[in-house]
Amino acid sequence: MKYSLSRLVTKLVDYKMKNPVIAASGTYGYGEDYKDYYDPSVLGGISSKGLTLNPKPGNNGIRLWETPSGLLNSIGLENPGVKAFAEKSISKMKAIDSMLIVNLGGDNLEEYLEGASILNGYPVDFIELNISCPNVKAGGMAFGMQCDSAGFITREIKKISKHPVIVKLSPNAPSVSDIAISCQENGADAVSLVNTFQGMAIDIRNKRAVFSNMYAGLSGPAIKPIALRMVHQTAKAVSIPVVGLGGISSWQDAVEFIMAGATAIQIGTGNFPNPNLGKEIVEGLEKYCEDNGLKNISEIRGII
Amino acid sequence: MAVIIENKNLGDGMYLMKTDCTKKSSPGQFYMVRGWDKYPLLSRPISIFDWDGMTTSFLYRVVGEGTEILSKMTKGMEVVLHGPYGNGFPDIKEDTVTLIGGGIGTAPLYHTAKELKKRDPNKNIKLYLGFENKSDAAKEFESLDADVIVRYGGYITDYVDYENAGTILTCGPEIMMKAAFERSKPYESKVYVSMEKRMACGVGACLGCTCKTESGNKRTCKEGPVFEGGEVFFE
Repeated sequence: MKYSLSRLVTKLVDYKMKNPVIAASGTYGYGEDYKDYYDPSVLGGISSKGLTLNPKPGNNGIRLWETPSGLLNSIGLENPGVKAFAEKSISKMKAIDSMLIVNLGGDNLEEYLEGASILNGYPVDFIELNISCPNVKAGGMAFGMQCDSAGFITREIKKISKHPVIVKLSPNAPSVSDIAISCQENGADAVSLVNTFQGMAIDIRNKRAVFSNMYAGLSGPAIKPIALRMVHQTAKAVSIPVVGLGGISSWQDAVEFIMAGATAIQIGTGNFPNPNLGKEIVEGLEKYCEDNGLKNISEIRGII
Repeated sequence: MAVIIENKNLGDGMYLMKTDCTKKSSPGQFYMVRGWDKYPLLSRPISIFDWDGMTTSFLYRVVGEGTEILSKMTKGMEVVLHGPYGNGFPDIKEDTVTLIGGGIGTAPLYHTAKELKKRDPNKNIKLYLGFENKSDAAKEFESLDADVIVRYGGYITDYVDYENAGTILTCGPEIMMKAAFERSKPYESKVYVSMEKRMACGVGACLGCTCKTESGNKRTCKEGPVFEGGEVFFE
């Protein structure tokens, strides 16, 4: 189908996205895995699998556990390292006509900074600062739990990064909107939320935790109502753009997040059961605008 | 979408579902299968029992909510099939091929044996099938032009003639595949194993099914599910 997407054109900071639909980090590889289903350049943006300065083999043992309408994962940021990624995959991702976000994690500040400085040498559109991964022992979510640490790392990254920075927030913090305010005060260009909820599962037959890391991250439709509430609260609390995610599995879900105040939305776990989801949401939003006489999707942004 | 032509109860929790999916697939590949809309969340990775150009069928065991739903579906109902995915068993040049399957791991060996014979009618194919309990599953392999050896209970790997095995293709519990790999070592047989892991996406995106190999992490759904035995059992 030919897209006449002017209704969906969305400005994220200074970037003009063709539509507000972004593939979420960790669910879309480096942009190539769903090519048999649709051209990934249909999407407004793609966020890379989470990268860290040094390669990570990921976690041992079971990595996936299905729950009622949800998915617990404990991947553990398996990735080839920022440098190998930058040399091997950025040009390929750049060849896709879509906004390129590089998701960057780290065990400590130095790693984040070095990762960001390597990325300064490459043509990426945004860095998504991952301070919310619940599946790594050091760093990860630790930075995202308190306002001062979240603000601190945002400020340090902003000092050196040539690229605009989206900070990806954890729903496990006492107040996500307070963390978002702190990120904004320290120069974040946007925030994205939510990453996964920390959860766990127990294998009662063998009397042990399912995951070798004990806890894991919950995603999928089960978390959508909570994610939506957090996006709503955060969008009311900050003036920078909010990218909303958490359990979106239809265009209707995407409309809800936009009405709650999200400038753009990300689809993650929803890609797994439905590999056409990205394309379907773009088409669904387009039709929604047409049916409701909207000149641009932003007319419904934050109306709730 | 594919339409179910038949969904046969073979006993001991095993079923054979035949669908009208004509899409070409290779031996050892799998589909992400779902017979429902939103719940349960994930599709189920199920290996291809047979593809004959007109139909695709699946031999599966009821192990949870998803396969339970599949088992209750009947002729005429629709299933969603995403795939075929993964790299299956390679074409084998050697004259003799031994296939060893354990339990529901026998599923991909039908199509594999059939294709090997089709490519080379002179190929000597031995198929060892081990099941814990009696059922009609083994009957589904009877039509193969191969020596089919079936055992119930015990370890199927105890019955294999490793000395004259040729290339070994195996699918089943990891411990069984490892035993086959270890016992074939003195004869320097080439061994291919089909790994099973929990999967979410099936396309290589989520890294949930990562398999540790001698040459680093591989995705079971993408680079696998079939690997060389030595790649996987190296520790």
